[in-house]
Amino acid sequence: MSWIPGVAFFVVFAWFIVSYNGLVRLRNRFRNAWHQIDVQLKRRHDLIPNLVEVVKDYMSYEQETLKRVIDARGAAQAARGAAAQAEAENVLTGTLRSLFAVVENYPELKADRNVSALQEELAATENKISFARQFYNDAVMAYNNMIQSIPSNVIASVFAFPPADYFRAEEESRAVPGADLR
Amino acid sequence: MASRPVSPRMLTCPRCGTPNRGDAWFCNLCQEPFRKPSPEGAGPASPGSRAFPSDPRPVATAAPHATPASAVAAPRSAPPAVAPAARAMPGSAGSARTARGDRPGPMLPFDEAAAANARNTAALFAALFAALLALGYVIGLASGDPPAGVAVAAVVFAILASAAWFSGASLVLSAQDAREADPGRHRVLLNVVEEMAIAAGLPMPRVYVIETDGMNAFATGRTPGEASVVVTTGLADRLNREELQGVVAHEMAHIRSRDTLYNVCAAVLVGAVALLCDLFLRGSPFRGRGASPGPGFRPLGRGAGSFAFLLLGLPLALIAPLAAKLLRMSISRQREYHADAAAAGLTRNPLGLAAALEKIVQGGAAVPGGNRGTEHLFIVNPLRAFSDESSALTATHPPTERRIERLKAMAGIAVRS
Repeated sequence: MSWIPGVAFFVVFAWFIVSYNGLVRLRNRFRNAWHQIDVQLKRRHDLIPNLVEVVKDYMSYEQETLKRVIDARGAAQAARGAAAQAEAENVLTGTLRSLFAVVENYPELKADRNVSALQEELAATENKISFARQFYNDAVMAYNNMIQSIPSNVIASVFAFPPADYFRAEEESRAVPGADLR
Repeated sequence: MASRPVSPRMLTCPRCGTPNRGDAWFCNLCQEPFRKPSPEGAGPASPGSRAFPSDPRPVATAAPHATPASAVAAPRSAPPAVAPAARAMPGSAGSARTARGDRPGPMLPFDEAAAANARNTAALFAALFAALLALGYVIGLASGDPPAGVAVAAVVFAILASAAWFSGASLVLSAQDAREADPGRHRVLLNVVEEMAIAAGLPMPRVYVIETDGMNAFATGRTPGEASVVVTTGLADRLNREELQGVVAHEMAHIRSRDTLYNVCAAVLVGAVALLCDLFLRGSPFRGRGASPGPGFRPLGRGAGSFAFLLLGLPLALIAPLAAKLLRMSISRQREYHADAAAAGLTRNPLGLAAALEKIVQGGAAVPGGNRGTEHLFIVNPLRAFSDESSALTATHPPTERRIERLKAMAGIAVRS
């Protein structure tokens, strides 16, 4: 019966390796998911100059709206830190929305193929941003489940796997949208 | 946050106090029926709980109001407004029966649905593989050497599986006449696929289109890294963005849970069972007469062999291929439900896919080149009628109405069945 401790040790060791590697994989997944959000945000920043370029000739009376979009983009690019960045991006989303509301008033602009293509690209990018955030939150949940449940929580606490933070929608976006949405 | 009031659209169950969606027909937890047509129905509600708001929408589908004004004007304290002529059955017995007849499935969270379907599939799959080995064992027993029979079964499976693995997805794509999506014309489709790939955390699959009016889609590829999503132009043109997201999410779910691989394995298992039985039925009778025996079969004695053959082998060999085919179809149906549930998890919007399925039912799902070999791949079977309950056992897909019903149940919307 001298083999029993050996087998027990082997089983525990194998469990340790599998659990530790699982934790590392989940941690890398949610970190990577966070950077995927940045990829999509950058893509939106890159699209905006094209849009402004296309619409500015038509919209000589709407310089104010265009200026707000450009300023918001600059602020979003300059923002540092997750909270400041999230706020700047929300401002940018709002200005883009008002820009597209203005575009609705210009029939020749609406008919322009470049504008509709850019509008589709920006709408798709908005979706990609929110799906990337959703995937990030799913990844965080999987990771937090793992570090908080028995028995992997033992490894998580010994080797310092802290709980990860969810991405949160800002408070006002939870309110029921008013009549300003078409 | 903690003081946020319960939204007026919420419906608190009078029996257990669970908050439910305003348009729910039954309590999600205790199955207590809401919307009793009689005013007494709201009577036993405890003082703290909210009475049933007379939301006109679900009732309107059951029996339209005589005047729209009555629905709008109906105050919360006057439930009789929701008891129009069609439900004028007096007394509590009548109302209870009506309620039971309208009973939808309970609300189904998508993650639980996905987990349950994954368990079912795993069980069915294990049963099928065990049955194959058991069949090999019995055939081996009838031939006098059980281990050899198991070995033959395993070898047959390995040969078929490797053939299927290496022939690959290109075969299916060329058979369906699919070509790569044009980035200009199918911009929205490509964007939607990329969105859903991000939501699923998968690499962007290749996107193909089939030029036809029929509305259908399928996914193929052994691994997520080399997967393809194929959509007919009829589907891409006629669905709105939300519905297209649902369909693409369904295909993405197939890719993520490797259903394409499951399909190949299931086809191979069924083929292996059929081949084994064929080998046995053709090989055994000649074995005793000195003709070439099957590989690995070494008969012990004539008498024992043919007795076991008659008693065990023959009925089994006749029934097994049929049973295997039924099991395969059952797996296929489970995978469809699973992919629907997972798609709802990706888009967080089960109603998009439900609307898409409804449009497909109306628009037709026929695809040129669709045949028995590929029918199980598509989101809606291109060959069968949509609600073919009579042939449910051999169907590759659940009836589309059932799928729509389950999707709506995930959104908490009751469906009359």
